[in-house]
Amino acid sequence: MPYEPVLLARVGKPNPASVEAYRGDGGYAVFERVLAEVKPLEVVTQVKDSGLRGRGGAGFPTGLKWTFLPKEHPGPIYMCINADESEPCTYNNRILMEKDPHQVLEGIMLSCFAVKSECAYFYLRYEYGDAYRTLLAAVNDCYAAGLLGKNIRNSGFSLDIVLHRGAGAYICGEETGLIESLEGKRAWPRIKPPFPAIEGAFRKPTIVNNVETMACVTQVMRHGVDWFKSFGIAPDPKNPRDAGSYGPKLYTIAGHVNEPRCVELPMGVTIRDLVEKHGGGVWKGRKAKAINPGGLSMGFADVNAPLKGEDGKTEYDIPLDFNGPGKIGCLGLGTAAITVIDDQTSMVDVLHNVCQFFSHESCGQCTPCREGTGWMLKITDRLRRGQGRREDLDILIDVADRIGIMPGTTICGLADGAGWPVKTAIRKFRAEFEASIKDGTRSRHAKSLELVGAH
Amino acid sequence: MAVLSERIRSEITALLPKYPRKQAVTLPALHLVHDEMRYVSSEAIVEIAEMLDLHPSEVQDTMTFYAFFKDREPDKLGTDRVWVCRGLACMLRGAYELIEHCEHKLNVHCGERTADGKITLEFAECIGACDGAPAVLLNDVHVMDVTHDKADALFGELQAK
Ligand SMILES: Cc1cc2nc3c(=O)[nH]c(=O)nc-3n(C[C@H](O)[C@H](O)[C@H](O)COP(=O)(O)O)c2cc1C
Ligand code: SF4
Ligand code: FES
Repeated sequence: MPYEPVLLARVGKPNPASVEAYRGDGGYAVFERVLAEVKPLEVVTQVKDSGLRGRGGAGFPTGLKWTFLPKEHPGPIYMCINADESEPCTYNNRILMEKDPHQVLEGIMLSCFAVKSECAYFYLRYEYGDAYRTLLAAVNDCYAAGLLGKNIRNSGFSLDIVLHRGAGAYICGEETGLIESLEGKRAWPRIKPPFPAIEGAFRKPTIVNNVETMACVTQVMRHGVDWFKSFGIAPDPKNPRDAGSYGPKLYTIAGHVNEPRCVELPMGVTIRDLVEKHGGGVWKGRKAKAINPGGLSMGFADVNAPLKGEDGKTEYDIPLDFNGPGKIGCLGLGTAAITVIDDQTSMVDVLHNVCQFFSHESCGQCTPCREGTGWMLKITDRLRRGQGRREDLDILIDVADRIGIMPGTTICGLADGAGWPVKTAIRKFRAEFEASIKDGTRSRHAKSLELVGAH
Repeated sequence: MAVLSERIRSEITALLPKYPRKQAVTLPALHLVHDEMRYVSSEAIVEIAEMLDLHPSEVQDTMTFYAFFKDREPDKLGTDRVWVCRGLACMLRGAYELIEHCEHKLNVHCGERTADGKITLEFAECIGACDGAPAVLLNDVHVMDVTHDKADALFGELQAK
């Protein structure tokens, strides 16, 4: 039976910003019931029991994060909604905000009720102007309908949602970069601990959650724990630290496919199914060569690399749950945004593009990240100009292995995400990189003749 | 003479109660000024700082972090700002060629304004419209599936305004 979308159920309906239209589809009934009958802790427990893990990239269990807030705190406690969505090739949050903003807003209301926050800052990347105006209309409609503001429905619970626009910087998606940016400072991520739950925005306890996580909270509260757990993949019994990959998930498909689009499926669909069944297949009758399985930071899958011990299967067949990409050396599920690269495309060009992004977006605070991303860009630029040297590939891997929070050299995860695509691309497509160095192949994109000074 | 208009001042003032600290209004204030004046002058920075009880250097420090803001009069934005995405999904579907095409068509490099002052051309990192790659951001609105012809038509419209 084909999967019936829930998160995307209202996409395409008229008047997405209207409270009335959302109510017509059963919206806000759960929030009103919760206000009247349920205790905040019960909401936390329900979200915790559902196994919902954050959809922003790290996959941290949502209910568990909420319990890290100090108990009996006098307040204020802040909620920050992370709608910076700048991980390259990712656009699922945009679809939710533009097409069904109230599902997200109801999730925020429920979450704020649960964690006893009376103020949510909705940090939205500047580039999402349509989403901004839709959300603004939706929020205003909520105030008019008495769903936001003081003493909502006479429950004693008050809530404001404030939209706050970014200014075109990827690092504002990192949760403490977001907080610094919200506070009106340069978006330099903070050293953790303290984590935001203890000391976050304006030095108060703060929860940062992603837009899709909020939509999932709405659905968990509406349909219950058992429903949510009926989708996805249970924890690996051999891994005591695995929290499972439950629930529906939005996947976005981009790059060399016939039908780039956002689809909702139970967690754990394979890359192959996403491309072939949901993305209309690889374009121009070509074959896929490489896949980026979850935003550039996650690295690359080699479509033709066999999976050990699994007859006939390749990296194309890995499931996209929280554990799948890790099995083939990728960083994780990330944003579940897949980008398809066809067999006519040079991995040298692809990797140069990736390095260009991270070098541009490093906030510059940590030397290994600032310099490492800069040098990786210079070296990949040299490669694409046909001036690569034999040792360049090892240097790239060496740099990529050393920058990040995992090797312990940087403040935030941007550097890990900058390194991962470099090392996975070179390890998995080494022959192609070596051949390009040997032949001195020049990319058709490398325009000028200037020599690059990578010294 | 104050450089911030009464409208901008009242909009900034209206934002203050939404945040526990005035400094949080820095980015919204910079956006208001930048939108209207097409760059943020040092005089404007001083006035924003006064309204937010900050030192001008604090506003300057924040603003210069975001390459988004133009801070010199010669770099003043055109009437419209057109960003061509160079992210991977767009690059795979012709973004580099599109950027080159736009530069030639408008006779500017990315970051510059056309001679008639109408359009500032920029490149952008992924703008989150990869389902319509190659994509362009017109001010803050996505334009999807941009062929060279579609770009020319867009420029025609903007220059005829
Ligand atoms: C460099 C970097 C960029 C990030 N960008 C985003 C983003 O755009 N949106 C997002 O929700 N999370 C992003 N994250 C993850 C956040 O730090 C944080 O984990 C997340 O917002 C928590 O929400 P969740 O638990 O609901 O997933 C980013 C992390 C890093 C290191
Ligand atoms: S790792 Fe990079 S992006 Fe993150 S704080 Fe350090 S310099 Fe900034
Ligand atoms: S890569 Fe261009 S919109 Fe995402």
